[in-house]
Amino acid sequence: MQVLDDLWIRIAVWFRGLLESFLPPWAVQLTMDVLGILLLIVLGIVVVLAFTYMERKVIARVGDRIGPNRAGPFGIFQAIADAIKMLTKEDVTPTNADRWLFLAAPIVVIIPAVLLYAVLPFGRGMVGVDLNIAVVFVVAMGGIPILTMLMAGWASNNKYALLGAFRTVAQLISYEVPMVVALLTVVLLAGTMSTVGIVEAQASFPFALVTPVAFVVYMLAGLAELNRTPFDLLEADSEIVAGYFIEYSGMKFAMFFLAEYINLFMVAGMITTLFLAGWQWPILPSWLWFLIKVVVVIFLMMWIRATFPRFRIDQMLGFAWKALVPVSLVNLFLVALVAKVLEPGWARTGVLFVSNLALLAGAIAIMAQVARKREERARAAGEAAIKRYYGSEVR
Amino acid sequence: MSLPQILFLVVGVITLGAAVAVVTSRNVLHSAFLLALTFFGVAVLYVLLDTPYLAAAQVLVYIGAISVLIIFAIMLSRKVAAPHLVQRNSQWLLSLIVAVLLFGVLAYLTLQAAWPAAKQALGVDAIGGLGEAFVGTYALPFEVVSVVLLVALVGAIIIARER
Repeated sequence: MQVLDDLWIRIAVWFRGLLESFLPPWAVQLTMDVLGILLLIVLGIVVVLAFTYMERKVIARVGDRIGPNRAGPFGIFQAIADAIKMLTKEDVTPTNADRWLFLAAPIVVIIPAVLLYAVLPFGRGMVGVDLNIAVVFVVAMGGIPILTMLMAGWASNNKYALLGAFRTVAQLISYEVPMVVALLTVVLLAGTMSTVGIVEAQASFPFALVTPVAFVVYMLAGLAELNRTPFDLLEADSEIVAGYFIEYSGMKFAMFFLAEYINLFMVAGMITTLFLAGWQWPILPSWLWFLIKVVVVIFLMMWIRATFPRFRIDQMLGFAWKALVPVSLVNLFLVALVAKVLEPGWARTGVLFVSNLALLAGAIAIMAQVARKREERARAAGEAAIKRYYGSEVR
Repeated sequence: MSLPQILFLVVGVITLGAAVAVVTSRNVLHSAFLLALTFFGVAVLYVLLDTPYLAAAQVLVYIGAISVLIIFAIMLSRKVAAPHLVQRNSQWLLSLIVAVLLFGVLAYLTLQAAWPAAKQALGVDAIGGLGEAFVGTYALPFEVVSVVLLVALVGAIIIARER
């Protein structure tokens, strides 16, 4: 088991020894660094191939269909066939597009996505850089896609693309607030902003159990940041066709697609790291645990996508500001207070778990009350309108 | 030349080039995106100086917030987003004088400053010290700034509210 646990580290050490036998030290370091970066980028592409297939299969199953089943056994080569199709498609630039920005957007979109992998702990001792401000780094890099989407949306010279970009900004900026507050809750509990430190702080209890509210808020905000259903209104097919990347084709479109799935893995990885104890948990090797948890989180997201309809834009913004932000702020105060009073252990976890559930239940009850009131008001207004039209008697 | 020095030169040239292009570009939106590139270059310089927190804050505030705000404002004002905008108006002489004066003052200060350097590397936990200073020594200014920002936020919402 120990051998399996250290498998990748052992391979790295062995490879380093091999290089050292014929290269000077600085060249060894440079080769290892470049290889590490390449490995993360290749991982990104593998992730895309694997999860597009998984997504299509899962959504097909939920919809009582079979999904891709032609290319290879069970259709597992479907993603590769798609990739070849993308690569061979014609590369079109709209006549009145802003040539430079149009070209730059798909390149810039991939950079923050891959950069984020640097702070993700894939297993025990398997992290690109153990930054002591990793959480701030993640939040900072999360802001760059807003810029790229505006870039793509404006450069395309297409009203649907621009509308999609505007929706994105409203959505991403709104959901960044509850996301950061949920992150802050975790940082408060772990006492560190390093991703490695946060995983180690969950040795006894995963933070999803300690503070379920932060977990739920982060998950929802993560879905919004990924622009996945029910928050996919920046690419709402029936309204604005495809959103900010409508004019892109071929490899340029593939870059956006790539970035989307790399980000999906990243958000699932962050949820695993922050709330599900990362690579911890016994028996299986650490990197396998990490992978299993990430796949489970991604499956959850696909399940949500296959189940829920899309929000309207006012509902989406209202949900962020009127539901998620207050709930996460109350939770932050709650956690700060309890963490100050009680020592880490069973008592603290129990108190936080119960109070969090109460908070969640209270928030849902208030929301249901508000929704019921609104519905009643709408019905009364409707009835009044009918009365005005038909006279006193309603037929 | 060591690797960090080469990196510094490359990043410095890109940053300065982008900064010059911000001013000379005829398309306001190009200027805004190049400004974001300039901010990113500065963030990379912070990384080269071993201050990752400053770099992350730079990206978060200047690219994630300020650049997006600038670009959004430009896009919402239709006429300004048109390419090949005239860059001058009747007040160009006045702004030239102010710009030259500002440049003079900054250049003078840059040349006059002693630029003291720390003798040893900063500790890994420099960020912890920063946090403690915020809630300890500088608690009052920190709180005042927070309240001012909050008031500005609420004020903006009240002004923007119709009716």
